[in-house]
Amino acid sequence: MALAPSERNANSPYPEDSAQNCPRTLSLLSPEGVRVVTGEDAARVADIDDTALAALYSKMVVQRRIDAEGTALQRQGQLALWAPSKGQEAAQIGAAEAFRESDFIFPTYRDHGVIHSRGVAASEVMRQWRGASHGGWDPHEKNLAPVQIIIGAQTLHAVGYAMGAAFDGNGGAAVAFLGDGATSQGDVNEAMIFAASFKAPVLFFLENNQFAISEPVTLQSRTPLVDRPRGFGIRAVRVDGNDVLAVLSATRDALARIDAGEGPQFIEAVTYRRGAHTTADDPSRYRDTELESYWEKLDPIDRVEACLRSRGVDVEAVLATAGAEADEVAAELRAAVVSMTEDDPELLFAHVYSEPHPRIEEQRAEYLAYLAETGGDAA
Amino acid sequence: MSTTKLTFAKAINAALDTALEQDPRVLIMGEDIGKLGGVFRVTDGLQAKHGARRVVDTPLAESGIVGTAVGLTYRGFRPIVEIQFDGFVYPAFDQIVAQVAKLTMRTDGRHRMPVVIRIPFGGNIGSPEHHSESPEAYFVHTAGLRVVAPGNPQDAHDMLLQAIASEDPVVYFEPKRRYYESAEVDLDALASAPSMDQAVVRRSGDDVTLVAYGPLVKTALEAAELAAEDGTSVEVVDLRSLSPMDYETLTASVRHTGRLVVAHEASRTVGLGAEISAVVTERCFEYLEHAPVRVTGFDIPYPPAHLEEHHVPDRDRILDGIDHALGRFDGIGLAAPAGASVEGGAL
Ligand SMILES: Cc1ncc(C[n+]2csc(CCOP(=O)(O)OP(=O)(O)O)c2C)c(N)n1
Ligand SMILES: [Mg+2]
Repeated sequence: MALAPSERNANSPYPEDSAQNCPRTLSLLSPEGVRVVTGEDAARVADIDDTALAALYSKMVVQRRIDAEGTALQRQGQLALWAPSKGQEAAQIGAAEAFRESDFIFPTYRDHGVIHSRGVAASEVMRQWRGASHGGWDPHEKNLAPVQIIIGAQTLHAVGYAMGAAFDGNGGAAVAFLGDGATSQGDVNEAMIFAASFKAPVLFFLENNQFAISEPVTLQSRTPLVDRPRGFGIRAVRVDGNDVLAVLSATRDALARIDAGEGPQFIEAVTYRRGAHTTADDPSRYRDTELESYWEKLDPIDRVEACLRSRGVDVEAVLATAGAEADEVAAELRAAVVSMTEDDPELLFAHVYSEPHPRIEEQRAEYLAYLAETGGDAA
Repeated sequence: MSTTKLTFAKAINAALDTALEQDPRVLIMGEDIGKLGGVFRVTDGLQAKHGARRVVDTPLAESGIVGTAVGLTYRGFRPIVEIQFDGFVYPAFDQIVAQVAKLTMRTDGRHRMPVVIRIPFGGNIGSPEHHSESPEAYFVHTAGLRVVAPGNPQDAHDMLLQAIASEDPVVYFEPKRRYYESAEVDLDALASAPSMDQAVVRRSGDDVTLVAYGPLVKTALEAAELAAEDGTSVEVVDLRSLSPMDYETLTASVRHTGRLVVAHEASRTVGLGAEISAVVTERCFEYLEHAPVRVTGFDIPYPPAHLEEHHVPDRDRILDGIDHALGRFDGIGLAAPAGASVEGGAL
């Protein structure tokens, strides 16, 4: 029997988790906005003063705005689909804040905040949601793989990259983002095995947002997910994923351990997907308002705001700046999305192979000739 | 030009050795390929020579092997992956079809996939289930992959080096029952070797075109020899590249002979024989004097070893196919005993 939300451990996604059986969850900023300032976890983010915290706050606000734009653009028929990230801003922005340019990141379709933090324009993020491309940016320029839709597949790619780093000895690390649903995939389990065996410099960053579409995390695992990597020989920690400081601290720690040669690391960030799975989803079919409002109180942005206010920061001014930036991003995004017109049929054939391929060339010529004959009306 | 007598396996080993030596980005990964040298000893001695970071024994997980190979390409490596047996590639199918094959298109051409996936394939080796399959059609059907199958040690050597040099992913099928057969191989003939995309006419003939690849090339040549004794002139085309297919060589041959037989071990339905028959029919319709004939494995799971000789096309079944293509059974039904009324059907 699941406990009522009020009876549960605040940070546990697991209905059975009482305070006793819930593993330690790192928390540095309470839902009320009270900041922990002592201890080694806090020390790792001691440089995040009010100004830096306001900057993180700003980034989260901008991400939430981009996310809302995504949903709006989909509703207006400008995007084919959108996967909302609302509620996961602290997990994504907090992790990304710790990344170095040399870290190679392997994101999922929901990691808009991570992707934006890598300097990818929001409009580029939208290319695939618009249906203009399957990708968007240059993976090598940004050290950022295209988003992965095959659940869990990217974890092996990250581990492979990291094995390469271990083999060539030239430094660098990889980060694999994954969801709670993904932890059931064979690929994720194989990725942990390879990572451990080769002591690969890789960070698994799990955004446990409680759901895989409609399926609750309890269907993927009867035990806390953070307990699983240990069985593979991988150090794992659980953080409050709605706490940007805890996420940042844990990610910095994990990357430092990787740099120190400790091998693969795993972070479970406990968070909640406040929006729908995608714009095609109807969460009211599988979760109730009690759960929604429970997590609303744990929102990752509100608590930073509360903290800043309690410290006398002029939040309105921060919000005004963040709002202006968000407006700018949103306008650029909208303009770029509406003007994406990649309908040149050449593009069908352009990048199937890197080297000449007679059959593709033949089919391209055939189709272009057909279009020419029919005056292009057929397309 | 100097040649050495080498087995198929040693020719592949020599190509791998050369690639490892010439390009520090190349590495080999697979199950048991290190100390053991692979279950077929194809990688024998390579780990001792090049080290465990370049000849990598992996955990026993095929999706993991191919998936980490994908990640290695992001790091700038050119991985060569060994799948232990044909029937064990399926756990890696998703990574091959959804990742390896698609990443170039997914990145609008910005990321390349120089991965070679070596798969020993084919039957007639008396093995238990899953060790004798011919899964090539799955990969040929997958856009974004190149698929090749050498039929002799020289090609095994040259085509592997070409596959390794390719910026595209190549699935490289090795006819495992030919591993220990030898031939003269020139290890320095790569520059003059035909491109791995090309089919090669192994034997010229006038009456019928016989297409085969991998393990059946040798069988096809033997069948052609026997047919010649009976006065039938068979042109044998070694397909070599299963994707892309060399339509030019195929159609040139059929335009000359007017008849087509395709032989493969894989099941018939939607196999390569179907594709080759369609292509030849589309492009050589007015040259054809008979419907194309397919001599293939049956549409059954690969049978137990005691039955495999019935399933895998041999010289006699290929000769029977040639008779069909020559119209020797026309009008008397396909089920007629072989040779019952040859003249009756021919005219
Ligand atoms: C291999 C595979 N199976 C099914 C799907 C369909 N699908 C897309 S997202 C999703 C849920 C994934 O859940 P989770 O890993 O928790 O990530 P989240 O969506 O919550 O971010 C499913 C089932 C898929 N994309 N890939
Ligand atoms: Mg989830």
